[in-house]
Amino acid sequence: MVILAIGMLIPVGYVIEATARIGVDELATLLLRPRVGELLGNTVLILVLGVPITILLGVGSAWLVERTDLPGRRFFAILTVAPLAIPAFVSSYGWASVVPSIQGLGGGLLVATLAYYPLVYLPALATLRGLNPSLEESARSLGLKERAVLLRVVLPQLRLAILGGGLIVALHLLSEYGAFAFIRFDTFTTAIVVAYQSTFAGPSAASLGIVLALLSVIVLGIEATARGRARYAYVGSGNARPAQLVKLGKFTPLAILALVTIATLATVVPMVSVIRWSLATKPEMLDGLWRALVDTSLLSLGGAIGAIVVALPVAWLATRHPSRLSRVLEGGYSIASSLPAIIVALALVTVTLNVAPGLYQTAATVTAAYVIIFLPRALVTLRAGLAQVPESLEEAARALGTPPLLARLRVTIPLLFPAIAAAGALVALGAANELTATLLLAPTGTRTLATQFWSAASSIDYAGAAPYAISLVLLSIPAVALLFAQTRGRTR
Amino acid sequence: MKLHISGVSKSFGPTPVLTDIGFDVAQGSRTAIVGPSGCGKTTLLRLIAGFVEPDSGEISLGDRVLAAPGRSVPAHRRGIGYVAQDGALFPHLSVAANIGFGLPRAGRTERIVEVMKLTSLDAALVSRYPHQLSGGQQQRVALARALAPRPEVVLLDEPFSALDTGLREQTRAAVITALERSGTTTVLVTHDQEEALSFGDGVAVMMRGSLPQSGSPESVFGNPGTAEIAALMGSIVLLPAVRFGNEIDSALGRISVRHDRSAGAESVSAMVRPSQVSLSVDLTHGSALVTGVRYIGPTAVVSLRTLGDPPIALSLAIPALQAQSLAVGAVVGLKVDGGAVLYSASATIH
Repeated sequence: MVILAIGMLIPVGYVIEATARIGVDELATLLLRPRVGELLGNTVLILVLGVPITILLGVGSAWLVERTDLPGRRFFAILTVAPLAIPAFVSSYGWASVVPSIQGLGGGLLVATLAYYPLVYLPALATLRGLNPSLEESARSLGLKERAVLLRVVLPQLRLAILGGGLIVALHLLSEYGAFAFIRFDTFTTAIVVAYQSTFAGPSAASLGIVLALLSVIVLGIEATARGRARYAYVGSGNARPAQLVKLGKFTPLAILALVTIATLATVVPMVSVIRWSLATKPEMLDGLWRALVDTSLLSLGGAIGAIVVALPVAWLATRHPSRLSRVLEGGYSIASSLPAIIVALALVTVTLNVAPGLYQTAATVTAAYVIIFLPRALVTLRAGLAQVPESLEEAARALGTPPLLARLRVTIPLLFPAIAAAGALVALGAANELTATLLLAPTGTRTLATQFWSAASSIDYAGAAPYAISLVLLSIPAVALLFAQTRGRTR
Repeated sequence: MKLHISGVSKSFGPTPVLTDIGFDVAQGSRTAIVGPSGCGKTTLLRLIAGFVEPDSGEISLGDRVLAAPGRSVPAHRRGIGYVAQDGALFPHLSVAANIGFGLPRAGRTERIVEVMKLTSLDAALVSRYPHQLSGGQQQRVALARALAPRPEVVLLDEPFSALDTGLREQTRAAVITALERSGTTTVLVTHDQEEALSFGDGVAVMMRGSLPQSGSPESVFGNPGTAEIAALMGSIVLLPAVRFGNEIDSALGRISVRHDRSAGAESVSAMVRPSQVSLSVDLTHGSALVTGVRYIGPTAVVSLRTLGDPPIALSLAIPALQAQSLAVGAVVGLKVDGGAVLYSASATIH
């Protein structure tokens, strides 16, 4: 456990160590430049504007498909989650090839909010499904109008979903590289990659990294403060009694128009553009595809297994034996994992070069990066899964003469299997779409779908990039479907 | 084999949950531990099952020590069955696989059939899954699963509380029959005094982490050690009383003393059960003002207030037909049969 915790804290340690190494004076000269101010402005603006827009899109569409008499609710429910299967950088490439003039903050906002609003949509949908309809009925019987019920009863209960989803979106916005680099919108993350490419892991990349890490911690702090003492309550698998649907009446066409517009901008435009380019793909461009598919699968699978192996004991401690140690471990993990992938990558480059040069640019290092970056996904899923397996089942098995370890194996693990599969799928999905850490850490010659896509697309070989983009989307669909099914409470 | 518990204490952090618990359960007998929620009764059961270790004291079964300072037999080697409040059936296993979970491969099928019969479970249920069973069936499967490996002792943790009233009676009867037939030593915990009194041979009263009284259901109900225990075991009327030889004088007239628990205290309270009190036309023993009459089908609940000082409120359930002559504001005579239990007035609640 302790070794694992130390491993997870490498990125945090790196940031502190880098600060100490560079020294405050040099850090000041490196950071007090107009360029850094511009980056800071861009990064803060995309956060301040992007997070509320994604919340609006996510909560609004969740409410429309879950709580209104919208025609075709099931269809729209699926259509709304579809952008999750399209990596942001693929969507950005789709847009950039359709509207070449798209760029800057406006372009960044358009691409990022459309790519990330499902991250708010899903938890909001889950919460809306889990809400006890009798709360709303009580409010109505107390004389509240429909609008007042929505504002005073439903929305307050969505607070945790909104904060949690908003936090994830904010962290994604901080760490996004590909989508922003495409449309020439500069944030700290894109600037770090540029600095890394020109000066390697030198002080300029590190100093930008320190600011980026600080921004992530600030975002975490804001979310923690807003959340207060409330906890992410477990959302049940829905109520037997469905909630009464709000009648949209004359607003129905408007609601449909809104959802269709979102879907068109978020899914149809990028996908049509990708498919159009793929028609121009020449057969010889497919040569690397098979190889990339294999490499991607192996690395993603490694990351998934690694993350589950690390997350399982932590989830176990946190749900079964909550203690100071388990909370410290969890806190450490969540800080390490909320640092942008580029920081994790820089940290692992520095550590491997200085401590274990043999591991530099090996599959092991990439896998470690995936584990660190995607651990929260595994942890959250496994915790929820474990919380659903009552401890009394294991006790019952022990009272029947089964030794504790065997009881776990015969009772808890089979019941946990859906959660393990879901956690693995989520990590693998993230790893397959991961760009920055893979670019920095992958062994020379390793070609993943994401890196191959990137090298083709960033040299404006749009046709060559298309098959990789399509493969990434196809690979992501099962994981998104699984996530969606879980949200709708169809598993188990 | 006798289940023997002595001097058992347990704290969770700084909070003492059980202090110096001691009691015995004779082989083949059924004992109910009754107490308000949060009194530590589930913890006691979990100590016996081996899920929790005591801080001090000893738990033994026959001559085998299960738990003593510094050593503890793990739950899976105790041979003690446990039925949790919700049954804790394995949701991924069928009824047969649940019941057979703790059985060796040899003879498993035969034993499953046998215990299903013992617990009055329909053989057609074998391939069902827990979510396809009713609540009462789930509890009986849980009991069958616990009884299948022929444990020396079986522990039941409020096994009927999740069931609704009609089903509860029926399931309780089926469970008692199954336990009787198998002759298994049983400990049940419950917060329902009726359940405790009707469950078996012994009742142990638990309060704030200790066991102030245990014995036969009749003695615990009829001769409670304190007024608090008396109130826990059923509704009571507590009357300020004056000793008068072998009797007492009270607002309900002169009552004989059935048990004296006052340890010779100067001022005493007399405890009678409302079921001992009956209405009479004779106003000389004790009398009271009718403050309300409420009909519940065939019975009427009559609320009364005694005329003396301080006034004592009590409610009597009488046949509805007899209550028709009673009007609010009328004065009725009261008679007590069966004698009172005396407690020291300073030590009683109220």
